[in-house]
Amino acid sequence: MSEPRVERPGLYYPKLPTTWWLRNTNYFLFMLRELSSVFIMVFLVLFLVELYRLSQGPKAYGAYLETLRAPGWIVFHVVALAFALYHSVTWFKLSGVVQVVRVGERQVPPSLVTAASFALWAVVSIVLLWFMVRG
Amino acid sequence: MATRKTSEPFWWLLFAAGGMVAALLVPVHLLVNGLAVPLGWTSISHARMLALAGHPLVKLYLFVLIALPLYHWAHRFRFVLEDLGLHGWRTPIAILCYGGAVAGTVATLWVLWGI
Repeated sequence: MSEPRVERPGLYYPKLPTTWWLRNTNYFLFMLRELSSVFIMVFLVLFLVELYRLSQGPKAYGAYLETLRAPGWIVFHVVALAFALYHSVTWFKLSGVVQVVRVGERQVPPSLVTAASFALWAVVSIVLLWFMVRG
Repeated sequence: MATRKTSEPFWWLLFAAGGMVAALLVPVHLLVNGLAVPLGWTSISHARMLALAGHPLVKLYLFVLIALPLYHWAHRFRFVLEDLGLHGWRTPIAILCYGGAVAGTVATLWVLWGI
């Protein structure tokens, strides 16, 4: 049985100037954190193009790596790396608070969950690094 | 008050999964594939890269690595645009962001299929 549909009242939006996030450091850092997702997305699209070029043969793959060697792309990747690290740090810090872990009756302190996340991040990164760069 | 069913939880779940994948896996790939390989600090030959990416398990990994964070981007970017004052464009923004992520997922499947 479905209840009669009731239209939601219109949402209220406080009127803010577009530059509200430049007003203080916390708003600014919030905006940086949200925008990190854009840099991560662009990197993944570039990586997908690399995989596509890979499937086209050694020449196409080599030419694409040559393209990525351009100063502009190197600068982009340095900036994107900084944003990606910022995303990881803020994500693991938050996940410690959001993800409640219990052992029996007791709640594991959020700081411990965050520490475990950082440790997992380090291990995963080292394993992947080893896997990709070995011989 | 009647509850209205929305697709919000579905997108939020993809956002959370994508955020976790991005946090755990993206920095090391940015370092290796975005900087180390193009700059020649290390080299991954075409043959080795092809052999790696051709393995079914690696393909599955690459799919997760690329597709899930697209939904993380879609969710965050959608609300960034709204927070910047584009409230009147809620629906087109949502369609563009989540639609972009879905298109990216299809493109990822297509590329991985061809390797």
